[in-house]
Amino acid sequence: MQVTSPAFRENARKALADVTLQKALKNVEKGFIAKRAKAAEALPEFEALRDAARDLKIHVLKHLDLYLEAYEKKVVEAGGHVHWAESAEDARRIVTDICKRLGARTVTKGKSMITEEIALNDHLEKEGITPVETDLGEYIIQLRGEHPSHIVAPAVHLTKEQVAGDFRRVHTHLDAARDLTEPVTLLTEARTVLREKFLVADVGITGANFLIAETGSSIIVTNEGNGDLTQTLPKAHIVMASIEKVVPTLEDVDTLLRVLARSATGQELSVYTTFSTGPRREGDPDGPGEYHVVLLDNGRSAMLGTEFEDMLRCIRCGACMNHCPVFQAVGGHAYGWVYPGPMGAVLTPTLVGVDKAGHLPNASTFCGRCESVCPMRIPLPKMMRAWRNREWERALNPAALRSGLGLWAFVAARPALYRLAARAAGFGLRLLGRGGRIARLPFFASGWTANRDMPAPEGATFMDQWKARGGRSA
Amino acid sequence: MTTREAVLGKIRRSLHTGPSDDDRRATVAARLAAHAPGLIPARGQRDPAGRLALFFEMADKVAASSERLASADEIPAAVARYLRSKNLPQAIRRGGDPRLERLPFDREPQLAVAVGPSDGHDLAGLSHAFAGVAETGTVVLVSGPDNPTTLNFLPEHHLVVVRASEIAGDYEAVWTRVRAAFGEGGMPRALNWITGPSRSGDIEQTILLGAHGPRSLHLLVVDDL
Ligand code: SF4
Repeated sequence: MQVTSPAFRENARKALADVTLQKALKNVEKGFIAKRAKAAEALPEFEALRDAARDLKIHVLKHLDLYLEAYEKKVVEAGGHVHWAESAEDARRIVTDICKRLGARTVTKGKSMITEEIALNDHLEKEGITPVETDLGEYIIQLRGEHPSHIVAPAVHLTKEQVAGDFRRVHTHLDAARDLTEPVTLLTEARTVLREKFLVADVGITGANFLIAETGSSIIVTNEGNGDLTQTLPKAHIVMASIEKVVPTLEDVDTLLRVLARSATGQELSVYTTFSTGPRREGDPDGPGEYHVVLLDNGRSAMLGTEFEDMLRCIRCGACMNHCPVFQAVGGHAYGWVYPGPMGAVLTPTLVGVDKAGHLPNASTFCGRCESVCPMRIPLPKMMRAWRNREWERALNPAALRSGLGLWAFVAARPALYRLAARAAGFGLRLLGRGGRIARLPFFASGWTANRDMPAPEGATFMDQWKARGGRSA
Repeated sequence: MTTREAVLGKIRRSLHTGPSDDDRRATVAARLAAHAPGLIPARGQRDPAGRLALFFEMADKVAASSERLASADEIPAAVARYLRSKNLPQAIRRGGDPRLERLPFDREPQLAVAVGPSDGHDLAGLSHAFAGVAETGTVVLVSGPDNPTTLNFLPEHHLVVVRASEIAGDYEAVWTRVRAAFGEGGMPRALNWITGPSRSGDIEQTILLGAHGPRSLHLLVVDDL
């Protein structure tokens, strides 16, 4: 996918003015925040599990080469194949070769962020192979020719009316006069249409939430069951996994699973947690005839041993973006590449280059909520600051960003003011959500939406704005 | 140099390590061999009756229906009853699992019982779970010659038999049983944790039941405690 991160400010400005998008984005709060809090509260050990999850992943990263070797050995023992890919190009070639050897025409896909990262769908299409996304959200955005705006809820930027419009446009074999006002009708329609696709697909591609070194298993976690149909029915199952997904044992996976769904959707556990180990075995009545794993590096090994190593603990739960005032205001597309929100602001510059995505770490209020909810306790604000410092050193940032950073430094040096600012960002957004007037955001507007209507120095602008809103001082 | 060597080499360089550092290897081997449990929540740590009660409670929270049967012989009648209650035809597909094979299906002459994997045209499927997990109301199913994975996902209604004596408090207890059944480091081809019927929140973050997998999950718990 083309990187539009350099245009973050422009993207953000458009997003703020997009009335339909703003309506859809209100669902982020409804769908995630209270639910996560409730799930965390319902498990007294939740905070301790976060510590355990963090420590586990720190251990894995220090021994990553060895766990990958152990994992590979077990996959091969189970009759599977492991393919190593240094780059996106390697990974695309591996997948296409498998598909071509099997004469595949249709490929069903479970949700996989790394297939977005390597732009697999475009590539398959060029090779004459039709990829069909089967996760409902992914299916919807594929119909629209868009990319996911959220790593867990890819279509969170859309309203049900938009989805209904897309289904009418694409499902032309169905009665044009059908009633599509209720989401449940949309779900049933997608289920029926996709059922056919599952049954004719030649190859199924899924991601992997985790890989287990002890057993050579890959794990997918879904609620819909699409990933299981994707991997069970076709001739071959291809698992796309990045190298940091490996964990030592089944018990270790339990720890990560106990924090994943709670952090992601507020569920105690997702509906389907599936452990796959090799292809169909002798006597098995179903299951894929071939089982392949593509292990993708694509820049991750270079993060080890750097100040960005902690980012490799990420289990892609989405909590950081759900709780991010910037994400809630502009949605995921503004970030301009595959990974949005705080985790994207850290990851994107490492994967596509600071020259293209160095702006992103400025898209932050530094309110710290992302880190406070991250199940892996990844110090996201610290890493965003590290990027800002690097960008500063490289003098890539325009003057406006420098003054934004100056503001941040000014506020950060004064803890009371910082807390107020952080609270203001959240509070202000809620206000703005109602009024739809995001151009007058306090504080973080000064950093990146730029002070188009506010020529006064940012610090004063923030305080003035705050007073004008009737805000009390801390 | 292969891509495998290239990737592993890059990792080793970043970690400032060589391929032959014995300490790291020993650490990894020991951890894999020990597969020690991590932090297990207190929630599931109850006696068998307490686990059973928690299992029902958690299953209900994720919208799975369930009933308690005094013996396995009651399963055919329970299946027939369930199908009637949902206005479904008296037809079910099951795997060849001996624990299902020996059930007295002949007591329900109107119930058509098919055996084998599903091709997507079955309204209801019947499976036997390997285990249950009280902590989250989860059933654990394993694939094998007699247990088609397609039955777990293609039918609209999935009925799953679980023995009360096989309901564990937590996932860790299930792994101990998996190792006993499949050997150290062994796993069935597919091992499915199923926690409620399928659902999606992808349209406006409103949760709806019945996405691609079963619309309902009905648990038949045989009380063999
Ligand atoms: S950075 Fe943390 S909160 Fe964000 S997606 Fe990754 S694990 Fe989840």
